[in-house]
Amino acid sequence: MAKYNLKINGKIRKVDIDPSTPMLWVLRDHLDMPGTKYGCGMAQCGACTVHLDGTAVRSCSLPVSAIGKGAITTIEGLSENGTHPVQKAWIEHDVAQCGYCQSGQIMSAAALLKDNPKPTDADIDNAMSGNICRCGTYLRIKEAIKTASKN
Amino acid sequence: MENKNTQSRRSFLKSSALTGGGLMLSFTWLTSFKSADKMATLNLPEQWAELNGYIKITPDNVIKIFCPNPEFGQNVMTSLPMIVAEELDADWKNVVVEMGPHDNVKLGPQFTGGSNSVKMYWKPLRNAGASARQMLIEAAAQTWSVPATEITTKGGVLSHSSGKTAKYGEMASKAATITVPKDVKLKAVKDFSIVSKSQKNSEGLKVVTGKPLFGMDYRVDGMLIAMIQHPPAFGMKLKSFDASQALKMPGIKDIYSFKLYEEGYEQAAFDTRTFNEMIAIVGNTTWEVMNARKKINAQWEPITETKEKVNGFGGRKIENIVPAGLESTNAQLAKMQEMAKQPAKQLRKDGDPETAFKNAAVVIERTYNAPFLAHNCMEPMNFFAHVEADKALVAGPTQSASWLEPSLTKVLNLPADKIEIQMTRMGGGFGRRAYSQFAYEAARISQKMKAPVKLIYTREDDMTYGIYRPMYTATYRAALDVNKNLIGFHVKGGGIPENPVHANRFPAGAVDNYLAEGWEIASNVTIGAFRAPRSNFNAAAEQSFLDEVAEAMGKDPIQLRLDLLKRAKENPVGKNNEYDAARYVGVLELLKEKSGWGKPENAGKKRGVAAYFCHNSYAGHVVDLVMRDGQPYVEAVTSAIDCGVVVNPDAAINMVQGAVVDGIGNSFYGALTHKDGVAEQNNFHNYRMIRHNEAPKKIDVHFVQNEIDPTGLGEPPFPPVFGAVANALFKATGKRFYNQPFKMETEKKV
Ligand code: FES
Ligand code: FES
Repeated sequence: MAKYNLKINGKIRKVDIDPSTPMLWVLRDHLDMPGTKYGCGMAQCGACTVHLDGTAVRSCSLPVSAIGKGAITTIEGLSENGTHPVQKAWIEHDVAQCGYCQSGQIMSAAALLKDNPKPTDADIDNAMSGNICRCGTYLRIKEAIKTASKN
Repeated sequence: MENKNTQSRRSFLKSSALTGGGLMLSFTWLTSFKSADKMATLNLPEQWAELNGYIKITPDNVIKIFCPNPEFGQNVMTSLPMIVAEELDADWKNVVVEMGPHDNVKLGPQFTGGSNSVKMYWKPLRNAGASARQMLIEAAAQTWSVPATEITTKGGVLSHSSGKTAKYGEMASKAATITVPKDVKLKAVKDFSIVSKSQKNSEGLKVVTGKPLFGMDYRVDGMLIAMIQHPPAFGMKLKSFDASQALKMPGIKDIYSFKLYEEGYEQAAFDTRTFNEMIAIVGNTTWEVMNARKKINAQWEPITETKEKVNGFGGRKIENIVPAGLESTNAQLAKMQEMAKQPAKQLRKDGDPETAFKNAAVVIERTYNAPFLAHNCMEPMNFFAHVEADKALVAGPTQSASWLEPSLTKVLNLPADKIEIQMTRMGGGFGRRAYSQFAYEAARISQKMKAPVKLIYTREDDMTYGIYRPMYTATYRAALDVNKNLIGFHVKGGGIPENPVHANRFPAGAVDNYLAEGWEIASNVTIGAFRAPRSNFNAAAEQSFLDEVAEAMGKDPIQLRLDLLKRAKENPVGKNNEYDAARYVGVLELLKEKSGWGKPENAGKKRGVAAYFCHNSYAGHVVDLVMRDGQPYVEAVTSAIDCGVVVNPDAAINMVQGAVVDGIGNSFYGALTHKDGVAEQNNFHNYRMIRHNEAPKKIDVHFVQNEIDPTGLGEPPFPPVFGAVANALFKATGKRFYNQPFKMETEKKV
């Protein structure tokens, strides 16, 4: 067990926890923040994507001990009411089917646009191919990213 | 034209006043259906026909509509309430949608599957909306002392020519005192203003803000986390285990073995038993449970052949033999090849196929194979349970709450009225969540632990503890005469453990001499419904075969289908043909037009076409494939669909596009193989799923415009994707692809 002061969505959250615990489970089990999803646990599906200092990372494969002073942003912290341009674009294109993968898709997309505000199709493919959607919403995700890139 | 609808025999609607004012109209969902039709498609016991839903209108003008069926991406939480709101003439912006509770007695099947939701609820929901509207009009007429016929409604407002207006909420309390009308007028399709107009997903905002909607997100104070360790292979069972190390791990409450069903348990149709004895690991948090699980030292041993008693639908008693043995994919394939040579069950015969084949100038014979597929819903299986001495609450993602309940009463030995089931949004279903063993496991564990428990499957559990799409094969034969006319057609299909053949589907009805046969091989690998069961294989095999037949006949593949359908329409062969040839033609014609099929500008494209009928709807695709670095990619797809009235067009397009992407993914990459009973794929590093960069750039979706009552869309667009992809692959590579997954084949061949 070890104590951590984690910076999550702009707030300091304290946890006393096994250092090997992946951030995904810290968020879901210890901090009651279920927006970040479990899909594979091995960095293969992207459902658990969060931002660490603005970069998209797979929280299922990121032990809490590795966070240090890094700032974490989750889907809950992207905006309170869905007003982030990526969330707005997702609503505009009505992207979701089952919706389970979409937190991760949105977090990957938001990180991409922060780095690269006008991504090409190839840039989008590169940044997003780590996020699986069994419902097959890839076309709309791409359209939504393009819409968000205009804002 | 206006439809007149008379409420039928049973009491369809009941109105009551809400405490605090307002109207509550409860209604029986299914009453306006011809019972035979509905029962046949749904296979439901008669008592489940009484389904209550409700509309609530409060004095402050909130209109709440309960959705009976849970959402798993098929848009029912939007499209079903839209149907009510349309006939109610509500303002869609004021409508609040809520997931209905589960009540086996009052609320009925609440089964999500078979692309049935919209089809099943269309008429009852329209009736309910129209009745409530009429009661509000009557209430206004009495209040204003004017004839009801002079009152109009629009956007949730009642108006009279005198200039009087009232919001629905203002009249709701009064409306609650009005007798429910016997006859209601339904709108003409052309007058719809909510239905057939695209409305946004009613839970879209919750999804994009990460709200706890899913079973995985369910949580109560003091809740424990549980996982199960199942045998590592099909055909194995638990022998013994030592958990002494694991029990010492932090946060662990208990580790023990348990049985899913007790001795002599009679399974219901969807109580599939993959493994009966498993190890439960229970602790405080997911990570702790995952770690402790790795420290269990378990011994497993082979099973002996067992018999299972299953209560099928309609009280049919079935006895299943579960064979012993550790199965491997190669041996399974060899067994299937052997079995395919043996005589099989005749499923349909028209004319004299034997003579036709004997007299044929050319016989084309091809065999198609497809592997087991894992559902791979993005949300792994999970369920919450809190079982106490005299009652139980279970909650989670299930497609079949009402099938779960009667089984739970037996598993927990509690009466149905002491079991509460809450249905959460599902992170995908595709048939997998119609089988509820994970809910029984959760309930059993909670009962033993005397605590609220959430059972979670890891991705590995989910993929290796499958209710897979069966492994299938089919051999198709076509007989052509000297003039290259199709004079005989023969399909013989089989599978592990079910045969895929739909004997009464196209081209049955279009060929004079027709034979369909099927066979099965028992297995201890468990299978179940997977997005368009059986059709997902048939469409691949039959539609590729027809492409080859067209080639041999020197015909355009769409033209061959149109010619056959013309025959089926004008002078059908045999009885019981399941499809409507005219609607099939309509889809093909639309597809031809929208894809520019045969147009010179498309001559250079590597195109494949397929069309299929299943789950009451018609779907066809033209797939354009390109080769990049020697590998095939689907670049663009044109789709044509006839599912009657399209309730929520933009969501329907999304669904079709998704089915296309899913179809390409599964046809290219999908496979779950076994070695000595062990699933060889257990997570997304070795089970390949289609990804962003592999999805088509464009999928144009077109619907046949008609006023036919709507039918489903979750499944129908999926099967023909496989055939269209196979046919396009032939155009791109010059080689025919008979074995799924195609991409594995291209990596060998191209
Ligand atoms: S759960 Fe982390 S990538 Fe899949
Ligand atoms: S929307 Fe269902 S997995 Fe992406």
